[in-house]
Amino acid sequence: MANAFNLNRSEQEGVIVLGLEGYLDAHTAPLFERAIETEFSAGHTKLIADCAKLDYISSAGLGVFMSFIEDIRSVGGDIKLCAIVPKVYQVFDVLGFPELFDIVDTVPAALARFGEGARKED
Amino acid sequence: MQSFEHNFVLHVPSSTDNLVMIRDFVARVVAKAGFDEKEVMKLALAVDEACANVIEHAYGGGAKEGQVRVKMDFDADKVMIEVVDTGKGFDPSQIPVKDVEQLIRERRSGGLGWRLIRSIMDEVQYQIVPGEKNELKMMKRITKPS
Repeated sequence: MANAFNLNRSEQEGVIVLGLEGYLDAHTAPLFERAIETEFSAGHTKLIADCAKLDYISSAGLGVFMSFIEDIRSVGGDIKLCAIVPKVYQVFDVLGFPELFDIVDTVPAALARFGEGARKED
Repeated sequence: MQSFEHNFVLHVPSSTDNLVMIRDFVARVVAKAGFDEKEVMKLALAVDEACANVIEHAYGGGAKEGQVRVKMDFDADKVMIEVVDTGKGFDPSQIPVKDVEQLIRERRSGGLGWRLIRSIMDEVQYQIVPGEKNELKMMKRITKPS
């Protein structure tokens, strides 16, 4: 069924990597929202959204990134996005996300960005 | 003259669970109309956004007795898409347009879907017929390969 959405969580070098898989729309975005909320509440504020297997995103999914990013950055963390496939990237691009979020090609590149202490707003 | 062979209608109960069915329907029709793969995905997204707005605002989220109707017509030059509901009239053009940076500062994300619809479609019109229906009409021209 093409509305499946899965989240795979792992931890690398003290950073939480959330692997997004499938279709992130108004139906599935609450699951992603709860996952970010859980990490934030637990004090995990260095997050990577690995979008390699993300096939679709609508504004409901984009809205999750937008709702949390300010709070996460205010305590020194960030959400970095990586490996976004071109058809999904065009949606991020339409809304100007590349100017506002740190978007890189791979998970290791995102980890390196945390190592550098770099943030898009810097 | 429009051929009925190019008219397609989908009725679904108002539930976000059905957004996938709506996207599949739109994608198949616009692919048949001649849009390329990137455009197919964007058009499915625009209709997904319109229907998600209907489900969440016109029908208030949980009203599964509500119906969402997606009507599509195409000819050699364009596709016309109508999203029709009988819920509470909700004119998306009344949503204040704020830039994404400002929304982030306010920890809000409202209006993003409407912004996507307007950036994807060539024409968008909204009409409330009081006590009868609400219609969002969208048009996209087919770009011919040069």
